[in-house]
Amino acid sequence: MYVAVKGGEKAIENAHAWLAEERRGATDVAELSLAQIREQLSLAVNRVMAEGSLYDPDLAALAIKQARGDLIEAIFLIRAYRTTLPRFGHSNPVETGEMACDRRISATFKDAPGGQVLGPTFDYTHRLLDFKLAADGDVPKVPEGSARQEPTPHITEFLKDEGLIQDEPTSDDTPGDLTREPMEFPANRPLRLQSLTRGDEGFVLGMAYSTQRGYARNHAFVGELRIGKVAVEMDIPELGFAIDIGEVELTECETVNQFKGSKTEPPQFTRGYGLVFGQSERKAIAMALVDRALRWKELGEDNLGAPAQDEEFVLSHADNIQATGFLEHIKLPHYVDFQSELELVRKLRREADARITSKEVAE
Amino acid sequence: MAAQTQFSGGLENAPVDAAHAFRAAMTVMARPGDIRVLSGSEPPAPLSVAAGTLLLTLCDPETRVHLAGGIDTAAIRNWLTFHTGAPLVSAAKADFAVGTWDALGPLNAYRIGTPEYPDRSATLIVECDRLEQSGAILSGPGIKKTARLSLPGIPALQGNAMLYPLGCDFFFTCGNRVAALPRSTQITSEA
Amino acid sequence: MTDQTEFAIGARRDWMGLLARAPDDTLMTLWDGIETRPSFDWLRRPEIGSVMVRGRTGGTGAPFNLGEMTVTRCSVVLQDGTVGHGYVQGRLKPKAEAAALIDAMMQTGAADEVQARLLDPLQQHMQAVKSTRAAKAAATKVEFFTLVRGED
Repeated sequence: MYVAVKGGEKAIENAHAWLAEERRGATDVAELSLAQIREQLSLAVNRVMAEGSLYDPDLAALAIKQARGDLIEAIFLIRAYRTTLPRFGHSNPVETGEMACDRRISATFKDAPGGQVLGPTFDYTHRLLDFKLAADGDVPKVPEGSARQEPTPHITEFLKDEGLIQDEPTSDDTPGDLTREPMEFPANRPLRLQSLTRGDEGFVLGMAYSTQRGYARNHAFVGELRIGKVAVEMDIPELGFAIDIGEVELTECETVNQFKGSKTEPPQFTRGYGLVFGQSERKAIAMALVDRALRWKELGEDNLGAPAQDEEFVLSHADNIQATGFLEHIKLPHYVDFQSELELVRKLRREADARITSKEVAE
Repeated sequence: MAAQTQFSGGLENAPVDAAHAFRAAMTVMARPGDIRVLSGSEPPAPLSVAAGTLLLTLCDPETRVHLAGGIDTAAIRNWLTFHTGAPLVSAAKADFAVGTWDALGPLNAYRIGTPEYPDRSATLIVECDRLEQSGAILSGPGIKKTARLSLPGIPALQGNAMLYPLGCDFFFTCGNRVAALPRSTQITSEA
Repeated sequence: MTDQTEFAIGARRDWMGLLARAPDDTLMTLWDGIETRPSFDWLRRPEIGSVMVRGRTGGTGAPFNLGEMTVTRCSVVLQDGTVGHGYVQGRLKPKAEAAALIDAMMQTGAADEVQARLLDPLQQHMQAVKSTRAAKAAATKVEFFTLVRGED
């Protein structure tokens, strides 16, 4: 028998009121403004934009505030908001070669044109807590150098000129969109990249790390990592030409991977690719490693049975909103489901008891 | 007097107007044979108000539209592109097709979906000279016993119903009025 | 009514792109300084939506969907029939309205004034911000020194 029950309205209302109070915290401490979150917790804002799949720093700041700093909850809020927006269309592919780079490094070529530009990085810091920051927020004056005027070329261009790296032929194919049509396997590379760029940073990082530890090792070098702003251009049908509709900060990582060659390909370097909203370099590098691991089939490599080579496994579990939705739902009432389990276990126990008793009687 | 341009005649208050129009479109599709008023846009001739409003409500840059015959004018192309951004395509690729019954041509030109995705099929918006609750007898989901609707080509529409769960769906528009015929409706000719 | 083909597409692309990328407060402050504004009718009222941003595999290969960005757009028509379109990043409807009106005014006799009092200062401001950032990046460029080698 199924008995529908309702209740808890008052309890829920009161819980939400308390949530609002707890979110605010002690009222003798100043309230956070969205601008403060946007400016001072910008890497959290970037992660929410990347995994929320919507570039809007003010909205991401609001989501972080509303979620009390729970970034997955904030990403959930952004994903939900995103679905309410009418989509005007798609941009032309961004030209990352034209990026105004804040940071651009290569682990493969010391003297690459454009040089090694460190940018505002945590690298080379001592990872010691800075107690001065707890006291005041004074910042030193930032030195300025003489800026490069022309765009910084991609490192892989140099390897390409020598034929040492696999080409990435340009196409104008319309990519599949997993926010519009359910993912089907096998997925192609554009769909994999869309899934990875909005995938959970921790999950993609863990998968990438597994390849480094030997589960489908692919010998990756960071050929190039760049962070900066690129213009976003879109064709406007009523104008009949394309205009810039804004600009976004991106992190791009291109790995250069050793490749012994296969039946069809000569020995050469291959690539893994990561491109993520905002300044998100851990994610971009991890994405590039996982992208490369998932390309085993097209490159004629062996399937080593490693998790990072299993497209269906990786892409089906990369999304933290899907994951948290399914995971967290089990805390919601399952009274009826459990009731039936309870009945079943009781019945089995009665039967087991009966067997034991009848055995004893027989002896 | 407002200056008129090729872009004039869109929904005045898009979110509200489109919601009303969507409600009307959904109602007629759910109740085959019902006729509702559908207005809000002022499309360029010869597109009817109902068909124009339906297009502005249902189309966006991801729905491919086929303009059949006399509907395929530069004015209508520009108007539709500005307000919806919908790509204009041939019949075989269309999500939506608009035109008179004759201009739309044989139904086998349009997508009917696949067994896994029956929704990947075309919806045809048929511009009619008259739209009345008379003629063909309709029965099936959404109809209490039977309903009647002035359908343009009964044998072809009966053939479409045979394809269920695949097949096309239809709106019939006339001036500012609309009716619909989903693929699930059974059709018999007037006795 | 002005024939839109008179305007070089390149110039219009430039000003529309500048307005789309402009920081909200900078543009709105400059716009407040333009006192004489034409009356207009809406062709499309301001609406907030999204655009799917695409990248290319490996930077140069096949397109893929990266994620969306917020965009607000609207279109206006002036009394003389001049049409202006505004597409701006973010969710600020007054900014889209300003961009559409500026786009329309740039096709009329007001173009010189709008160029001098709004677009030029906006361009200079945005260029200055960009240059400062580039200069800070340049200061973090590594200068390698070759150390004395062991052999000989």
